[in-house]
This record gives sequence, structure tokens and C-alpha cells, in this order.
Amino acid sequence: MAGITGKDEVLTAYARKLETLDAPKGRSLTQDAIRRLRRNKAAVVAIFLVVFIVAAAFIGPYFLTWGYAEVDWTAIRKPPDFEKGHYFGTDQNGRDMLARVLQGTQMSLIVAAVATVVSVSIGVVYGAVAGYFGGRVDAVMMRIVDIMYALPYILFVIILMVMFGRNPIMLFVGIGAIEWLTMARIVRGQTLSIKEKEFVEAARAGGAKPWTIIMRHIVPNLTGPVVIYATLTIPEVIIAESFLSYLGLGVQEPQTSLGTLISFGAPVAEVLPWMLLGPAGVLVTLLLCFTYIGDGLRDALDPKDR
Amino acid sequence: MLGYALRRVLSAIPIALIAVTVCFFILRLAPGGPFDGERALPPTVLANLRAHYNLDQPLINQYFIYIWRLLHGDLGPSMVIDGFNVSQLIRIGFPFTLTVALTAFVIATSIGVLAGMIAAVNQNKWPDYVLVLAVMLGVVVPNFLMAALLQLWFGVYLRWLPAGGWVNGSIWHLVLPVTVLAWPHAARISRLMRGSMIEVLGTNYVRTAKSKGLGQRLVLARHAIKPALLPVVSYLGPGLSYLLTGSLAVEQIFGLPGIGKYFVTAALNRDYGIVLGTTILYMFIILALNLLVDLVYAWLDPKVRYR
Repeated sequence: MAGITGKDEVLTAYARKLETLDAPKGRSLTQDAIRRLRRNKAAVVAIFLVVFIVAAAFIGPYFLTWGYAEVDWTAIRKPPDFEKGHYFGTDQNGRDMLARVLQGTQMSLIVAAVATVVSVSIGVVYGAVAGYFGGRVDAVMMRIVDIMYALPYILFVIILMVMFGRNPIMLFVGIGAIEWLTMARIVRGQTLSIKEKEFVEAARAGGAKPWTIIMRHIVPNLTGPVVIYATLTIPEVIIAESFLSYLGLGVQEPQTSLGTLISFGAPVAEVLPWMLLGPAGVLVTLLLCFTYIGDGLRDALDPKDR
Repeated sequence: MLGYALRRVLSAIPIALIAVTVCFFILRLAPGGPFDGERALPPTVLANLRAHYNLDQPLINQYFIYIWRLLHGDLGPSMVIDGFNVSQLIRIGFPFTLTVALTAFVIATSIGVLAGMIAAVNQNKWPDYVLVLAVMLGVVVPNFLMAALLQLWFGVYLRWLPAGGWVNGSIWHLVLPVTVLAWPHAARISRLMRGSMIEVLGTNYVRTAKSKGLGQRLVLARHAIKPALLPVVSYLGPGLSYLLTGSLAVEQIFGLPGIGKYFVTAALNRDYGIVLGTTILYMFIILALNLLVDLVYAWLDPKVRYR
């Protein structure tokens, strides 16, 4: 009977073809997210720009003719001059602006990274603990967050910076300590729903201690929202740092940061515009990029929000 | 409703007290004091000064003295600006700050709501894209940089507006500060308004309203605006407090005679009285604003129950 309709032949051929193919690969959630992120052109461009700026800030200074604190007595208050290697011009002390902008970017990025890590760590642990224990613990802990929301926080940082001297460590801690509130709220909300899941119940039935459950079972499942809000925290931290430096409370000479550079550039921008435009351009580019990356990540990791 | 309001007021009192306590101790536990000037004072003068401001007493006594005075509405003396007490300085500086912040608030909120609505109705057409750009600039450019750029452009190159300073009664001196202050606020409001308006326009009751033949304007005015305003209203409280604190910075940048000038100088001089007084003032305003917003919210949204 075989071969009359030709059906078997087709089926056999199909079966052989299937054998030669690889087993179908499932896409993991991460791969899915990366694919969605790649389709977002603004986010991709922003990522490349950030990588470029970070590389320039940390590697660039080694390729420059001038150091950030080095004085060129032949070029004081000079506009950009390519022959001498002052690509961004020089300041009133004859220091190369490109070198200073790179050093300032480096400082702003370091402050941003450390302060973000501080605020994310505090926020995640605080929020997860409040959400996991719930009840009265949760009520008290979230009330504290409400109180801190009610405080004019920038006043606090100003007070902290003035009172405890202007060292960078306090800058990190001060800024990190005020930016964790939103993170704590988000993490708490997520924890409330995660702790009802079966795997948490299984861990509890297996005798795991609350701390182990929080750190091993709940926190890893918070990665998505935490990554998104950490990315969105970075520009806020950069703004806070540059604002404090602008007021003269942040990074001190000869070290510099983007905010310090802008505060020196702003009053003389009429006659020496390159002193304002260089650092301002880098600052705005960085902030724009992080905002786009954050938005892109949110769209990629949190598809239900779209 | 009245009971709900009363409960909210009562629950704000312990918060305020805790916050005052925290502020007080952070300030006092830090090293340095208001009288470590560049010239060392003679010891007897210093001792007398410290005694005059109660700084020689144990910290806990100072705290109770401060709270006792505070309950009587007395914010204490300024320790650096001679002959003024904190309440007087606040009375001099704060009305100005409040005027600037409220002007920015009213302008920014109206522009934000209107722009958000226009963008939502014209979703993905040119008004929408223009708005997205303006919002991005407002959110991303920090206020001190915006101030510097606007000063440079409108004050120095075009000479349309004064770049800074203050002449009594001159509105022109306020244009740039208010713009700098209002832009980010308008940006956030319009983003919220656009999002919620798009959502509301997609609901069934709006479709029903449209299908029974109401024109675009009537649908917006009768059915869409009120629910779309909810997220905006909940942002107004934090928004105004951002404007009030942001005004400190803007005053500093433009050289305006508000409370911000006193605050930054006072913090640098460790003038406990002014720093604490200003912080407390701001805290009470922010708490009051949050309360007000909650009440307005309860009135706007029938789903909120007064527990």
C-alpha cells in the first residue's frame, strides 16, 4: 500500500529533515529582554555613547599631552587650539580644558557609581525586609520612609557636607543615603507579591531562616526592577553631585567634577564660552544617555508595562 | 471626610516631632560651631556667647529648651547675624521665596496640563514630538546649568532680560528664575498628564461618550479631564515642595533675596538657629501639602475610602 498517495514519502522526507536539524532552542527571558533592548535604537546609541564616555574618561587622560593640573604658561584663557593640543581650550590658569573635563567626568562617574551602589543596597535590603515580614514591622519601616520623604533632602545633604567636611566619602554616603527611598518602596511592593509564591513557601517549609529566604530567594527575583531603577538613579546622583559641587560643597581643587567645572565656567561664559560648553555638553549627554538606557531597560524587562 | 482629615492631621504630628529631633541632633553632633571664626575669640567672650545661646548646657537640655520654644512659636535667635532672630529672617526672606515658587507652580501646572492634553489628543503627531523634546530637556538639564545657559543667551547675548540680581518691584528680573524653576515641573506634569489622558481616552466610557455623538471638546471637558487629572494631583504636593527647595538653589544662582540665600550662608557658618528654623519651616509646609493633596485626591476619586 505504501507509496500510492505519496503521503508516506513526504512524511519520511520530513522526518529525515527534522533529524538533521538541531533541537529547537527556547529563548530565555534574558535573551528576550536583550532582543527587545536591541530593537530600541535610542537605547543602543545611548549605551555606545556611555561606553565611549566612560572609556574616554578613564583611558583618555593617558593619551593627552597635558595633565589636568598642569599649567601651560603660553596659553592662558585661550580658545580651542589644535596645534598645541588644547582641543577644548584652556582655563584662566592655563590648564587644558579637555584634560580637566575628562578628569571631572571620571570623578562624576565614580561618585555616581558608588552612591548608586550605596543607595541600591540600602533600598533593596530595607524594602525586602519590610515587605517580607509585613504587618507591624512593615508599617513602622514604611512610615519611616514616609517621614524621610517629607524632609527637604537637599537641605540635609548641604548640612551633611558642611558639617562633616568636604571629603568625597561623605559625598558618596550623603547622596547614596537620600536616593534609596524610592528603591525601598519599589522593592517592598515587589516583595509583597513574590513572598506569596510557591518557591518561597517551599523554602520556608524546608526550614530556611527569614534572612536566607530574603537574600537567596527574594532578592535575586528582584533583578529586573532593581536594574531599571538603579539606571534611573544614576542621572539623579550625577545631578545631585554636580549641584553640590556647583555650590562649592562638593569635589575640591585641584580635583574637579563636571559640576565644579560648570560652576567655574558659568560666570565667565560670556568671554570664555568653551569653559562652560565643554563640561555642560558632557554632563547633558551623560544624563540623556542614562535616561534613555533606563527607559529602554524598563521597556525591555517589563513588557507588561507597555 | 472631617474625621478622615482630622486623623491625617493627628498622624502628622509625631512625624513632625521625630523629624525635628533628627535635624536637631544631626546638626549638633557634627564637629564645629558657630563661633569658630578665623579670629579666635577671647575665652571669656566665647564662654559668655555660648552661655547666652545655651550652648554650654548638656545637649539634651538644649534640645528641650529648643522644643519648648518651638511650641511657643519661637524659632530662637540667629547666632551669626547679629540682632535678628530666625522668625524675623524667615519673615523677610520667605514671602519672596514663596512668591517665586508659587508663580512657577501656577504657570508650570497650567502649561503642563494643557501641553499634556494636547500631546495626548495628537498622539504620535508633531505636537507630541515637540513635547517629548521639551520634556527631555526639562528633566535632564539640571537647574543650575539651565540657569547659566539662559542667563548667557537672554541676558548677555540678546540682552532681552536682566541676567541676575533684583530690583524691587521689577517683574523682568523674575522671568528667568521662574522659567528655570518652572520648566522641569511643567515637564513632569505634562508627562503624567499625557500618559493618564491616553489611558482615559482608551476607556469604554469615553468610547460610549464619543459614540453617542459628543464632540471632541465635550468629551474631554465632561468625561476625560477629571479622571486624567488624578496622577497629576498626586504629584502636585511633592511638586510644590520640589519647587520650594529648588527655589533655594535658583535664588542662590540669580542672586535673589529669598530664604535660600540665608540658608546656604547659615549652613556654611554653622548658624544652627537659621538652618534648623528653615528646615522645620520646609518640613511643615511639605507635610501640610501632602495632607492637602490627600484630601483633594479623596474628593476627586470616589474610589478612595476614608479609613
